Amino acid sequence: MEKVATRDAYGKSLVKLGQMYENVVVLDADLSKSTKTADFAAAFPERFFNMGIAEQNMMGTAAGLAAAGKVVFASSFAVFATGRAWEQVRNSIAYAGLNVKVCASHAGVTVGEDGGSHQSVEDIALMRVLPGMTVLVPADAVATEKLVTAVYHQEGPAYVRLGRSAVPTIYRPEQELHMGRGVELREGGDATIIACGIMVYQALEAARMLEEKGLRVSVVDMFCIKPLDEELICRKAAETGALVTAEEHSVIGGLGGAVCEAVAAQCPVPVVRVGVQDRFGQSGTPEELLAFYGLTAGNLVKAVEKAISLRDGYR
Amino acid sequence: MHLGVPFSFKLSKCNEDRNNTHVFSQGYSVSNQCWEVLAGMHEINEQVVAELQGKARVLRQDIVKMLGQAGSGHTGGSLSAADIVACLYFWEMKLDTRNPRWPDRDRFVLSKGHAAPLLYAVLAEKGFFPREDLAGLRKFGSPLQGHPDMKKVPGVEASTGSLGQGIAWAIGMALAGRLDRKDYRVYALLGDGELQEGMVWEAVMAGAHYRLDNLVAIVDFNGLQIDGRVEDVMSPLPIAAKFGAFGWQAVEIDGHDYRQIMGALNLARETRGRPTAIVARTIKGRGISFIENLVDWHGKAPNPEQVAQALAELM
Ligand SMILES: Cc1ncc(C[n+]2csc(CCOP(=O)(O)OP(=O)(O)O)c2C)c(N)n1
Ligand SMILES: [Mg+2]
Repeated sequence: MEKVATRDAYGKSLVKLGQMYENVVVLDADLSKSTKTADFAAAFPERFFNMGIAEQNMMGTAAGLAAAGKVVFASSFAVFATGRAWEQVRNSIAYAGLNVKVCASHAGVTVGEDGGSHQSVEDIALMRVLPGMTVLVPADAVATEKLVTAVYHQEGPAYVRLGRSAVPTIYRPEQELHMGRGVELREGGDATIIACGIMVYQALEAARMLEEKGLRVSVVDMFCIKPLDEELICRKAAETGALVTAEEHSVIGGLGGAVCEAVAAQCPVPVVRVGVQDRFGQSGTPEELLAFYGLTAGNLVKAVEKAISLRDGYR
Repeated sequence: MHLGVPFSFKLSKCNEDRNNTHVFSQGYSVSNQCWEVLAGMHEINEQVVAELQGKARVLRQDIVKMLGQAGSGHTGGSLSAADIVACLYFWEMKLDTRNPRWPDRDRFVLSKGHAAPLLYAVLAEKGFFPREDLAGLRKFGSPLQGHPDMKKVPGVEASTGSLGQGIAWAIGMALAGRLDRKDYRVYALLGDGELQEGMVWEAVMAGAHYRLDNLVAIVDFNGLQIDGRVEDVMSPLPIAAKFGAFGWQAVEIDGHDYRQIMGALNLARETRGRPTAIVARTIKGRGISFIENLVDWHGKAPNPEQVAQALAELM
């Protein structure tokens, strides 16, 4: 299976957008080689601004450019784009409802060796809490290209979460993705795994492993954390009665948190959240860290079994 | 120590000798002899310089070996500040390796936290932890995280890695030292690219406002960041004049010249009523011919052959 990092797909998509649309402007904060905005900088140097190591100023500048009619893509590592510059994103971009697309790379623990200071496991939560902010977590290169293009066309602020490491490509090029609509990749009546980002592939693996145990589970790619596809979530809750969420992010405030909010309010069933359990990251290889934090197909299998037993206990 | 003469007198005396000058931001010039005039209880002589050079060589060897073993990490910016850090740890600062939390110790904050290999090398050389531990750099389960974690490593005074924050931290420590009526001193090491962070200048304002003469900020002025030369990405120049305008005493030195480093530290120690900024001109990757002054070596580790070649050069 082909493996491509979502940040690489982002770099390529930006160049395509730049070729098609004059109003695309890209900003970075001294990480253009890592976030891959360097591709755009090489192709359209006059529409690329390196703001230096100054994420807050970058977001403020993005707001000004957007207020003057540009569609702005602003990139850095997720921890700095959403954390360091959060209040600038809140007040200058989200509150003002401006056309700024915060596309941040190096999200999650798969950053690896740089360690906990650089591993963002709270960016989804930080962006999701902002009114009017679209929050997207593509699972692979195909989804990244489609979603980066989609946020260009959609009016208003958006956050796109990108990763450092190469990940398997799961979508075919013709796959359609719609804002606010999850994709049911696999159907099964025993439980549902709702995943985003790199955990979608793990969820599909887990589903295969569960099938060998005689359990058929649904797998949903919930790439759009906001607006959230509550209709699909409640349908799967009704059909399977047992949900598992899977994300490379804290279980607080991210996909798991969002699903729990929707389920508790509308269609209560047990939800087991797989993700980083309220801790910081640390140095290690991406594989070691995924194993340590339980972000594996094996752990998803256990979580599905737990969700099923919780459901059966309730009944 | 007190020379028994007012500070301004010393400067103006130094000012008379204008050959072989080092520029003070506020227009003062100081000759090499003057650095020695300013040398206090911390003596500067040939033997001291030779010893410190030996220490810096060991640090550079350890940095290269560690990074080679880790297979990733920040080589250039660790090497550029090795001479400065050798002077701080083996000449300037009072520390107790058997009691890393000794309340009266001087504090060093590595604001440019990506130079963690340098910090770990000097802490091991001082004896804060066994040098065998250096092999764990960036590896899963090792205390030596990709960026310094004060909860994991004795002698690490601040958890850093997010640029711009260490100087504010140092201000807090300097304020606490004053509150507790202790005479410890606080040193922060910053990158020149790091100066692009707005909060650096908020901290610089605070340092002058609170007249923190127990605080020294050292800028590793190597001229490079990730995306290129600092002047091309987002120029922070002129650096010393900026510190001077904020009310600091600012000194420009050659960051590989021990007499100048020590002279500047002596000057800072003798100064009352304001903090001192030492803007140290350095060469990124200093000491290894094929790494020196190359932007590509910011965040890249040497491979085994390169390690061997580097160690041969450092003999
Ligand atoms: C807030 C923040 N933004 C971005 C980064 C990513 N980053 C790590 S090192 C670096 C460049 C640092 O350049 P400089 O300060 O000149 O350091 P040096 O040349 O001494 O290595 C960047 C942008 C970071 N660590 N923190
Ligand atoms: Mg630099």
